[in-house]
Amino acid sequence: MPEQRVVLRNCGVINPGSIATYLAVDGFKALNKARGMTPEQVIQEVKDSGLRGRGGAGFPCGLKWELARNAPGDTKYVICNADEGEVGTFKDRYILANDPFMLIEGMAIAGYAIGADMGYIYLRAEYQYLNGSLVKAIDQVREQGLLVDFDITIRQGAGAYVCGEESALMDSIEGKRGEVRYRPPFPPTKGLWDQPTVINNVETLMNIPQIMLNGADWFNGMGTERSKGTKVFSVSGDVSKPGVYEMVLGSPLRELVEGLAGAERVKAIQIGGATGRIVPYDMMDTPLSFEDILGAGAITVFDESRDMVDIVHKTLQFLAEESCGKCTPCREGTEVMAGILERFARGEGDERDIKDMERLSQAMMLSALCGLGQAAPNPVLDSLQHFRGDYESRMQEKRGSVAR
Amino acid sequence: MNDHLQVSSSQYEDKGNLLLRLEEAQHRLGYLSEQAMSELAESLGISVSEVYGVATFYSFLSTRPQGKYVIRVCKGLPCCLKDSDIVISSIEAAIGIRPGDTTPDGKFSLELTNCIGACDSAPAMLVNSELHVGLTSRRISQILKTYE
Ligand code: FES
Repeated sequence: MPEQRVVLRNCGVINPGSIATYLAVDGFKALNKARGMTPEQVIQEVKDSGLRGRGGAGFPCGLKWELARNAPGDTKYVICNADEGEVGTFKDRYILANDPFMLIEGMAIAGYAIGADMGYIYLRAEYQYLNGSLVKAIDQVREQGLLVDFDITIRQGAGAYVCGEESALMDSIEGKRGEVRYRPPFPPTKGLWDQPTVINNVETLMNIPQIMLNGADWFNGMGTERSKGTKVFSVSGDVSKPGVYEMVLGSPLRELVEGLAGAERVKAIQIGGATGRIVPYDMMDTPLSFEDILGAGAITVFDESRDMVDIVHKTLQFLAEESCGKCTPCREGTEVMAGILERFARGEGDERDIKDMERLSQAMMLSALCGLGQAAPNPVLDSLQHFRGDYESRMQEKRGSVAR
Repeated sequence: MNDHLQVSSSQYEDKGNLLLRLEEAQHRLGYLSEQAMSELAESLGISVSEVYGVATFYSFLSTRPQGKYVIRVCKGLPCCLKDSDIVISSIEAAIGIRPGDTTPDGKFSLELTNCIGACDSAPAMLVNSELHVGLTSRRISQILKTYE
């Protein structure tokens, strides 16, 4: 299955600094078309398309919009989550740098559909170098008179991994520490400044103009039963052609990793960043979809020279650092697991450590407050299941050194 | 509708927005001094500890003086796979400090950071807001020379 460019269709085609080049490829036709429809019709089209959120959670986009449209409130907001933080993800950077206009158009359509008069792009601190060109793009759209009753502002993040989580992100826009809130209420009813708010990922919003132009049927003709359209993947690690690739959802992992990115001698692949899944080579035919594995589309490839204990150790170190500390299972659990893996890395782990990690994993999955803590055991459990040999050889190292 | 928008989003929200004010102060002063934070607390009518709480939450805000150029080297897993540890040690050698420190002349601060979204050309680093990718020991000295 070759690449299929929907979200990335203009990347490398238009000049991201010039709105004229975007208008030349049907730019803002979708917004005009949407304005000729009722907001309810626009929402229905998005619902019919089957588009689901591309930030990792996969919530149906049209349903989110409908909830916000129907929620009472004088002021409503659209937020574009450009706080791409999943380790190994860089697709949003690529999109923001190469086609800011289709994102702005998608946001304007969302604003029209839910009845918002204000939109924010929350740009992660690390992407500050994109701020200037985004401002210029928004200015050009405004000058063309294309932002009617709706305006867009960029909010520059200040460096906090947890702000990619939507409730923390809203706190941050409000000027506070970004903390995960207990839910419900959800943002579509009570979001930014307690007003109805739609938060969509960059890639989700990029799909909107194409859905409006080509129709829901065209869009849901691509993909699987529950995963419609395409997905943009960020491929890095042990591959000869790292980069951003877009494929129809449901395409096999192998096509992406070996076919497009040119990987050889693959041992394992981490899908969906630090809290994602680790799959061994013999699962390379797994389809990339919401039904199977997806996340935000980070694909990190490890070849046969890698030891999974080292990989998982680094991953858990990261998660222990980034745990916000609000709930005990995540704060303590990630810390303890990182410590155990440290021992394995030094060749001092034993069977009891493995049992402990398995027990802790169960507790965290059941009782952690947010997705980070619930998914933090994934790399540990997956590696224990598929690469137990890597752990065992670290135990043997210890026996070897004791015998000496 | 547009007038209302001005008041609700640009003026009211922005002036009272602690994070925006902190970002602005950091930009102006290079770091958030105790004095800057207590002045901010007073002008917003909130406690100093609240200001401090937000200032210390974000890694791009600093309550200590920082170098003119803050180097943030990525230690994310994809960068590790491309030998970011070698890059880190050549930077340490080149400017003579360890992560968390600032050179005595106040020129460079060195920090390690998690994935900065450039894993396709790892290893990567930021110097202030500028991105540098495909780093090697040799390129490090060339890059650092461009910061005067
Ligand atoms: S891990 Fe270094 S840029 Fe992503």
